[in-house]
Amino acid sequence: MNVDRRAFLRVSAVAGGGMLLGTYLLENGVAFAETLVPADAALGAFVRITPDGIVTIIGKNPEIGQGIKTSLPMCIAEELDVEWKNVRIEQADQGAPFTGQSAGGSGATPGNYIPMRQTGRAARAMLIAAAAQTWGVAESECTTEAGVVHHRASNRKATYGELSTKAASITPPDPASFTPDKLKDPKDFKIIGKRISGVDNPKIVTGKPLFGIDVTVPGMKFAVFEKSPVYGAKVANANLEVVKALPGVRNAFVVEGGTNLAGLLPGVAIVADTWYQAESARRKLVVQWAEHPTSQQSSAMFATRAAELAASAPATSMRKDGDADGALASAAKTVEGSYFYPFISHAPLEPQNCTAHMRADGKLEIWAPSQTPGSGRGMVAQTLGIDQTNIIIHMIRAGGGFGRRLSNDYMVEAAWIAKEAGVPVKLLWSREDDMRHDFYRVAGFHNFKGGVDANGALVAWKNHFVTFSGPTGQGLQGGMNANEFPARYVRNYDLGASPIAALGVPTGALRAPGSNGIAFAIQCFIDECAHAGGKDPLQFRLDLLAQFQADPPPAAGTGGRGGQGGGNPAEFATRMRGVLETLRDRSGWGKTTHPRGRGMGVAFHFSHRGYFAEVVDASVTRDGRVTVNKVWVVGDIGAQIINPSGAEQQVEGSVHDGLAQALYQQITFAGGKAVESNFDEFPLMRINNAPPVDTFFKLTEYQVTGLGEPALPPVVPALCNAIFAATGKRIRTLPLSTQDLRWS
Amino acid sequence: MAISFKVNGRSVSVDAAGDTPLLWVLRDILDLKGTKFGCGIGECGACTVHVKGVATKSCQLTVSRAAGMDVTTIEGLSADGSHPLQKAWVELDVPQCGYCQAGQIMAASALLKTKPKPTDADIDMAMSGNLCRCATYLRMRQAIHRAAGTSANNNE
Repeated sequence: MNVDRRAFLRVSAVAGGGMLLGTYLLENGVAFAETLVPADAALGAFVRITPDGIVTIIGKNPEIGQGIKTSLPMCIAEELDVEWKNVRIEQADQGAPFTGQSAGGSGATPGNYIPMRQTGRAARAMLIAAAAQTWGVAESECTTEAGVVHHRASNRKATYGELSTKAASITPPDPASFTPDKLKDPKDFKIIGKRISGVDNPKIVTGKPLFGIDVTVPGMKFAVFEKSPVYGAKVANANLEVVKALPGVRNAFVVEGGTNLAGLLPGVAIVADTWYQAESARRKLVVQWAEHPTSQQSSAMFATRAAELAASAPATSMRKDGDADGALASAAKTVEGSYFYPFISHAPLEPQNCTAHMRADGKLEIWAPSQTPGSGRGMVAQTLGIDQTNIIIHMIRAGGGFGRRLSNDYMVEAAWIAKEAGVPVKLLWSREDDMRHDFYRVAGFHNFKGGVDANGALVAWKNHFVTFSGPTGQGLQGGMNANEFPARYVRNYDLGASPIAALGVPTGALRAPGSNGIAFAIQCFIDECAHAGGKDPLQFRLDLLAQFQADPPPAAGTGGRGGQGGGNPAEFATRMRGVLETLRDRSGWGKTTHPRGRGMGVAFHFSHRGYFAEVVDASVTRDGRVTVNKVWVVGDIGAQIINPSGAEQQVEGSVHDGLAQALYQQITFAGGKAVESNFDEFPLMRINNAPPVDTFFKLTEYQVTGLGEPALPPVVPALCNAIFAATGKRIRTLPLSTQDLRWS
Repeated sequence: MAISFKVNGRSVSVDAAGDTPLLWVLRDILDLKGTKFGCGIGECGACTVHVKGVATKSCQLTVSRAAGMDVTTIEGLSADGSHPLQKAWVELDVPQCGYCQAGQIMAASALLKTKPKPTDADIDMAMSGNLCRCATYLRMRQAIHRAAGTSANNNE
């Protein structure tokens, strides 16, 4: 049976005057999650309008720095037709009536752009109805402007504040009845498309407590949690008595934990009066960890095994079109290249933390900076044996997400420790905890062969992708998709894969997951093919995009979320050619001749519904030091940029993030443990190395989509291709800090 | 052992182990949560405060060494967010996640005290000890210039 869940609106009066417009869900016509909180409780509805004319909009999604707490309310305010200065934003808790409360996959914008506008439009319709009834005129004769309903024919007007109490008695319309053609014409937008400063900025610049690490609960103690550096090893022995006697320590105990690397793992919790006391006590903690089967895994072992696998046939065929081997044999020219990108860490600047309180009334209250608080609720309920309805989750602004906070390990740890300790507990990880216990971007090995014909066109492409299987030996990690470009753009295409081992290291999604590594390998090897064919790398890409093969059809599994190949095949070539041509013009591609040691590189990639092409201008000194001079970005994320200020920030941040990955970052493993543990060993971009970024959004007729991720992947190969242009050195292994770039 | 110093113009006396970093005294004893913890090894600058007017990483200064000193945190930079840097930061929408920004503003305000008209090179020098994982670097540079009344590539 298909489940038909639809959001409906319900209105109620606010004590003291005003309206509260909330949502509730019907599942197959039956109330699914009764929603409306008592009218005097602030949270639980989308929009509250009070007689003073202040419009309070609930930010329903987690804010991790992507700007969603500003951009989604902008969409409501636009259609409601109010002035932004009269809008206040409050953060929702997690749970009904809200749905889709996650930050991931660049999905919040495409999922909410129309529904948020419909909600605003419905609220406006109710205010108009209230005015029309008051005046005894037709609703169709009323107009709105800046929070005021006008009846121009009789020269009457009333503010939304004045109308809000009466509007609370109007039956809300079905928001879905406001089909896009009934919403505002974008040319009339007054808020959407304007540069709006983030709603929390005044608090941020004055240092107000705003983040998970700042949460304070009466009676709260502080915890650290020591886990095995070999993932999932059990505690064999710990000197708990010594630790318990240290200054400020209230409790120290072993957490049994399980074997799921994404869940509650074994460890030792220390609870103290201050965090620094807990952390100091940990330095005296001695734990003997039990033997663990993955304690022999290492980066060196992975590399050795990957090389052996590359020399043999793939374990699995992912896609075969035409005859790649035959085409390679008859190609005018062939090239080969083996590429490697390492494990990397998310390293959000706010280390993982969570505050939890097992209350006397049986409710577990949690304050969590999480990208997926709803999933966390499920895991906490299951692990602690608590009913989900007895868990309250406050969503707290996160000091960076980047995919790290899609996992909720810190939430289940805090909940468990708080329950055991019997007091409210703030668990805070050290930076070393954070970097050694990440869900890393998985490393990958791509072994390519390519062939071009006498005209320099790509006629054959082979890739043996060597990756890891999951912790239980199932599946293939790395996010490689059978439709990944250039599948369908070259007649003879062969993609196979082999797993190195069941990986004992936790892995997860990192900003543009899959794509952030795959784009490097594929777009660099396309560059190799372009040079083999004697073609300009940008023109070669345009020509390749024109080679779309209507048959064979795409293999199963097309999609828009991750890398996932080409997205919609009917749109891909058009939209990607569009951004590439604009990029060529904006960057002055091919118009500048640089001396040896400086060059430009180009790359494109589709991910998370976004089409991005980027050019990097880089210099390499004779002794091998790299400087990125400038980056040009052209992106197509549909018909509208909601907040250009936030949008440019996402692009600039993605570009600098990708450059830091390419230049410096890797996590290596030895003895089953992560080696790097802080920013001295895992550098981030710094201001003195951050190049200017020229950002341009090419507006198209397509769906409005998100920006947290898709601008990142192309910059990595564009930089490596620029280094080739500058030095003739082809980069096939990241990070660049491990490569000899000297050219004198 | 009670240790006394001045924070944001106010004399305070705290009871903490002398080797406790000033950062943790500010955050967990004095409840000044604007100063952030990022790395604990002086690499990220999220904990930047002013000690005797100089930008200082408070995770690297023990509270015993801060005794008698004059400390300013983000909460004490201005009474109401009206410091020119705070205003420029909001006007130009500098923060993304915002976690590092208190430290960034403290580093920038120390710079403007010694170089009221900084060049890009001055900014690079003064700000390169402060990490921003979201990489709002281009906006921060702009905002410092705006607060100082200078323009990008100012080479005065």
